[in-house]
Amino acid sequence: MTGAAAAGERGAGSIAPGRHRRIGLLVAIIALLIVLPHLPGLQSDFSRSMLTQMEIAAVFALSFNLLFGQTGLLSFGHAVYFGLGGYATIGLMRAINHGLPLPMLLVPLAGAAGGLLGGVLFGAVTTRRAGTIFALISLGVGELVYAATFMLPEIFGGEEGITASRTRAAIDLGFPLASQLQVYYAVLLWSVAAALTMYAFTRTPVGRMGNAVRDNAERAEFVGYNAQRVRFIAFAMAGLFAGLAGGLHAINYEIVSADAVSAQRSGAVLIMAYIGGAAYFIGPILGAIVITWLQSSLSDYTSAWLLYLGVFFIVMILYAPSGLAGLIVMHRRIARPRALAGVLVAYGVALVPLALIAAGAILAIEMSYRLSTQPELGTRMRLLWTPLDAASPWPWIVAAVALGGGLLLFRPAVARVASAWERASAQG
Amino acid sequence: MAAVCALELRGVEKRFGDTEIIRGVSLEIARGERHAIIGPNGAGKSSLFNLISGRYAPTRGSIRLDGEEIAGARPFVISRRGLARSFQVTNIFPRLSVFENLRCSVFWSLGYRYCFWRSADALRDAAECALATLEEIGLAARRDVPAGVLTYAEQRALEIGIAIAGGAHVILLDEPTAGMNRGEADHAVALIRRVSEGRTLVIVEHDMSVVFGLANRISVLVYGEIIATDVPERIRDNAAVQTAYLGALPDA
Repeated sequence: MTGAAAAGERGAGSIAPGRHRRIGLLVAIIALLIVLPHLPGLQSDFSRSMLTQMEIAAVFALSFNLLFGQTGLLSFGHAVYFGLGGYATIGLMRAINHGLPLPMLLVPLAGAAGGLLGGVLFGAVTTRRAGTIFALISLGVGELVYAATFMLPEIFGGEEGITASRTRAAIDLGFPLASQLQVYYAVLLWSVAAALTMYAFTRTPVGRMGNAVRDNAERAEFVGYNAQRVRFIAFAMAGLFAGLAGGLHAINYEIVSADAVSAQRSGAVLIMAYIGGAAYFIGPILGAIVITWLQSSLSDYTSAWLLYLGVFFIVMILYAPSGLAGLIVMHRRIARPRALAGVLVAYGVALVPLALIAAGAILAIEMSYRLSTQPELGTRMRLLWTPLDAASPWPWIVAAVALGGGLLLFRPAVARVASAWERASAQG
Repeated sequence: MAAVCALELRGVEKRFGDTEIIRGVSLEIARGERHAIIGPNGAGKSSLFNLISGRYAPTRGSIRLDGEEIAGARPFVISRRGLARSFQVTNIFPRLSVFENLRCSVFWSLGYRYCFWRSADALRDAAECALATLEEIGLAARRDVPAGVLTYAEQRALEIGIAIAGGAHVILLDEPTAGMNRGEADHAVALIRRVSEGRTLVIVEHDMSVVFGLANRISVLVYGEIIATDVPERIRDNAAVQTAYLGALPDA
């Protein structure tokens, strides 16, 4: 066994420096998150609210990925557990409003409990099967719970939802949740704890077996594991953390309504995890940040923002299926100054046709949107810092030329990027 | 009373619809025996393994592991009783690293079950078991490579590794050397001989040099029935076996 022992030493030796670097990175990220709401441009309540939403979305997307990326279960109804956690939390907040002596800071635990309960109940049924059957059942459960919120208005408050105050509490532990800044820090505390716990879960024996079941459920059974039980545990965990995210949502908005369990929210979390990169633990966090930012800022600029989001999603699936995290990992492999420079130059060149395509598409989409959905605003509009009239043919011609020219130039630009990549990899 | 067999089959039958795949197989395999099952293509060798290991439930009959009935039990139950198997068609965890493939194969047998409160990286015995198997199957240099990108021969080695890593006392290997060249097959046979020391081995194999070099006893399966079980020398001379393999021989 000396050979094995030597291999063990080697293994332990190679893990240690990586671990130190990872802990250093983690500390740096947490420090950044602590100062973030004080940075210039992020001091308004609007920005701080958006940052809070990003934290919540990150926890939710990570919980989704315990199923999707880690265990290979594609759920179309993950908002169910987010919503159940939200309702449980808002109920506890109301009780505290009426005198229950608990601090508001702890109410997300009710969300976690609600999500876990939902996960255990529905998970016992849905995790019997994986693959397409699981996905379809999750869709059915999502519709069922959404309908139930309207059928049982005494419990779920129907369309208006249930409201509570996060400030009216007998105990506040010296940490009242009055301002958006205080809410940000409360949510930060819970989010970091949740993210670290979820990461730790993926590293446990049953978490590792989740990966094994994802890859090959049959073989997992031949090494002693009941694949259904492994899926069930992952499902319950995912429910717990989705519920926690729902609880944070309840604190942030002081209202929980049917939209918390809606198919739209289930779809959004799927998009976050996918765009961020489901194969990487941090992928869903990146996706949550980007999608939340798009949701709250893009919607200010254009009413067609959902269309752009859809295009972005499709482009990512087609050209970067490993997501933003996958793109980062890909570029880290050639992260040497000379190699990277060549690739960046090629990107710069490719930016020209891309900008042309984007400008042409945006022009056409925005003008069509104005003409078809907002005729009352007239045909005169400002777009890309230019006043124009959608009734005249000229802006349409410009859009067509930009789009056509961009598409024409796109192919050689892509070829250039590909050869730059080849050179960069060869240098390694 | 004789010692309890490692594996004992009594009148095992399996039919899919009207098709009878296994027609009343009875077989006793003693502890520590290296038993080979041979037979022409389509005889039902892999099906027999699938019945023993719980992939399918037999239609009729009894299968005992160490004297305890396991017929119809699910694969993970049989695995926990100490029976492990490899597959004829490579059946690994493709996106996990080679090391993780092996570590996942030892968690249950080391008693970690559905543990979600300890880091897998802190479990030294799991890592040691996985690394020992990694050395054993000659893939130490490929430790951190995703199993899906291994070469065919390497995947075959890993396939055996997953079966033996957990320390099962009865091991079923389904054509472990299939598709290997001579050198690789010799290497695999040496490995199988080493790891089957002190354990019970049942092996399905087409390569007769492997079979006759390795097995204490051989069973010949033809059309779902065992037509002979005996020591290698007597199987070699058995007329029924020769008929099954070569067709009817002309009377000399």
